[in-house]
Amino acid sequence: MTAEAATHVTAASVVDAFARRHRFHWAEALPWIVAIGAFFVFPDYLALGAQILATILFGLSLDLILGYAGIVTLGHAACFGTGAYVAGLLAAHGWGEPVSGLLIAALAAALVGFVSGAVVLRTQGLTLLMLTLVVATMLYEAANKANTITGGADGLSGMDVWPVLGFHFDLYGQTAYWYCLVTLFLCWLIARCIVHSPFGRSLTGIRENERRMHAIGSPVFWRRLTIYTIAAALAGISGALISQTTQFVGLGVLSFDRSGAILIMLILGGVGWLYGAFIGVPLYMIMQDRFAAVDPVYWYFWIGLILVLVVVFAPSGAYGLGDRLARALRRRA
Amino acid sequence: MSEIVAASVSILFHGLAFAMVLYLVSVGLSVTMGLMGFVNLAHGVFAALGGYIATSLMTQMGVGFAPAVAAGVVTAMVVSVPLERLLYRRLYGADELAQVLLTVGLVFMSVAAGKFLWGPLAQPFHPPAALSGQIELGTREFPTYRSFLIVAGAVLVTALWLGLERTRFGAQIRAAVDNRRMAQSVGINTSGLFTAAFALGSGLAALGGALGAEILAIEPAYALEHLIYFLIVVSVGGLGSIRGPFFAALLLGVADTGFKYLLPEFGAFFIYALTLVVLLWRPRGLFGYA
Repeated sequence: MTAEAATHVTAASVVDAFARRHRFHWAEALPWIVAIGAFFVFPDYLALGAQILATILFGLSLDLILGYAGIVTLGHAACFGTGAYVAGLLAAHGWGEPVSGLLIAALAAALVGFVSGAVVLRTQGLTLLMLTLVVATMLYEAANKANTITGGADGLSGMDVWPVLGFHFDLYGQTAYWYCLVTLFLCWLIARCIVHSPFGRSLTGIRENERRMHAIGSPVFWRRLTIYTIAAALAGISGALISQTTQFVGLGVLSFDRSGAILIMLILGGVGWLYGAFIGVPLYMIMQDRFAAVDPVYWYFWIGLILVLVVVFAPSGAYGLGDRLARALRRRA
Repeated sequence: MSEIVAASVSILFHGLAFAMVLYLVSVGLSVTMGLMGFVNLAHGVFAALGGYIATSLMTQMGVGFAPAVAAGVVTAMVVSVPLERLLYRRLYGADELAQVLLTVGLVFMSVAAGKFLWGPLAQPFHPPAALSGQIELGTREFPTYRSFLIVAGAVLVTALWLGLERTRFGAQIRAAVDNRRMAQSVGINTSGLFTAAFALGSGLAALGGALGAEILAIEPAYALEHLIYFLIVVSVGGLGSIRGPFFAALLLGVADTGFKYLLPEFGAFFIYALTLVVLLWRPRGLFGYA
C-alpha cells in the first residue's frame, strides 16, 4: 500500500518536473527582445543582422546533434551548403518563391543528413570525425567540379528571389531581417519542443551513457539518425536563408572553414543548452566584422587564440562562465 | 601498349614520392594518437614549420640543403615540447571535442603567423645542384629529387621500424600503446615517453614538410589544406601503428596521383569515396588494433 503510494507520488512528481522543464522562463524572451530592439537601434546593419540570425539557426542545429546527442561533426556544412545550393538553384531557374524554397531546401538537406548519417553514424570517435569531414569534402568537390550547374568556384549567381508573402526584399535588408527572425523563431520552437520531449531526453541519455541506453532497450542508432536528419533539415533552412537573402551562393558554404567556424561559434556560447548559438554567433560575427575589416589575417590569429584560451580556461563557453559567476555571487551573498 | 606501361611507371614513381612525404608527415600523428588518444588536428603545423625554416634558410641565407633541413627538424622538436607540456597535456583523456577545438585554434594561429612572418605566397624550393635535373634509370629518365625522396623515405621507414622493434624506447612505446596503465605499473615513465614521442613525431613531420616542399608547397594554409590527407593516412592505416600508415600512404599517394592523371576532372573525389568505403569496411583502419 505504502509502496504503491510512493510510486504514485514519484510518477506524478516526474511528470511535474517534465512539465516545469518545458515551461517558458522569462529569460527566454531576452534574445527575441534584443533581436527586435536591434532592428530599430541599428538600421544600417540589418544585412549583417540577417546573416547573424540565419547563422544562429545553423548553430542551433549543430547544438541539437553536438550538445544533446554528443555527435562531434566536422562536416555540418554539408547540410548547410546543400540547403544553400538547392534554394539558390531553385531561384536561379525560375522558382523564386522563398518559403517553398526554404521547405524544399530543408527536405534536400534532410535527405543528405539521412543518407550520410545512416552511413557515418555506425562509427565513433576519430573515424566518425573523419567520415563527417570526408562527406562534406566530397560534396565540396562535387559542387566545385559541377560548374555548369553550380557555377563552380565563381559561385552561383543570377538568382531571382520573389517577394516573401508580399514583402519585397529591400536594399536595407528590412524584409530579410524579419524573414530570418521569424524563421529562426519557428525553428527554435521546434528545437525546444524536441529537446524537452522524451525523445530529447533519450538523446541526452545516449550522450551520457550509450551502453546503458542500449541496455534499457533504446534504439540508439535510430535515435541518433533521427536527430541527425532533423538537424540537417534545420541547417538546410539556415543555408537557404543565407542564399535567398544575399542572392548568391559560393563554394564556401560547403567548406571545412564553414563547419569549423560554426563549431567555434557554438563553443563560445556554450554547448547543450539551446542558447549557445544565440550568444556565440553574434559575438563571433560582430568581432569578425570589426576585426576582418582591419585585417582578415590577424582575425584568424585572434580567433585561434580565443579558442585555445576557451578550451583551457572555460571549457563550457559563455554558459559555463555565467554559471561560475552566478555561483561565486551566491557564495558571497 | 608501351604508352600504358609508361603511364603506369610514371604514376607509380610520382605516387611513391608523394607517399613518402605523406608517410613522414603522418607517422608521428599516428603514434601520438595511438599513445595518448589525442585528436591532434594541428600536426601539420609542425610540418609547415619545418618547411618554412628549411626553405627560408636555403633561399634567404644560403644555408646548405642538409643543415637547413636539420635546422627545421630541430626547431619543430624544440617548439613541440613546451606545447605538449603546457597545452596538450591538459587535455589527455578529455573528450574529442575539446581536443579538436584546441588544435583547430592552433592551426588558425599558425595560418595567421605564417602569413605574418613569411607572406601569403608559397615558399620557393630549389633542391641542391646534386639533386636537381634528371637521372637515368634503366631506359627512362626520372627527376633526380623525387628519386632521392623515394630512397630517403625508404631508408627512414626502415630505420623507424627497426628502432621501434629493436630499441628499448620502441618497446616502451609499443607497450604504452597496447596498454598504458599496465606499462605505467611495470615502471615505464609514460609521461616522459609521451613528450619524447610527441617531439619525435613533430620532428618527423618537420622532416616530411621540409623534404616534401617541392610536392606539398609550403604556404600559410599548409596545415589546413593538407589536414584531410594526413588524417586519411592515419585513420585508414590504423591508430598507433607504424606500419599501417605506411601502406595507407602508399595507397593514397599512388591512387591520388593515378586519379589526377587519368580522371583530372573529378579531382580528389574518388580518394574521399575510397576512404569512406575503407573506413566503413574497417572502422579502425586497415592495420588498427581491433
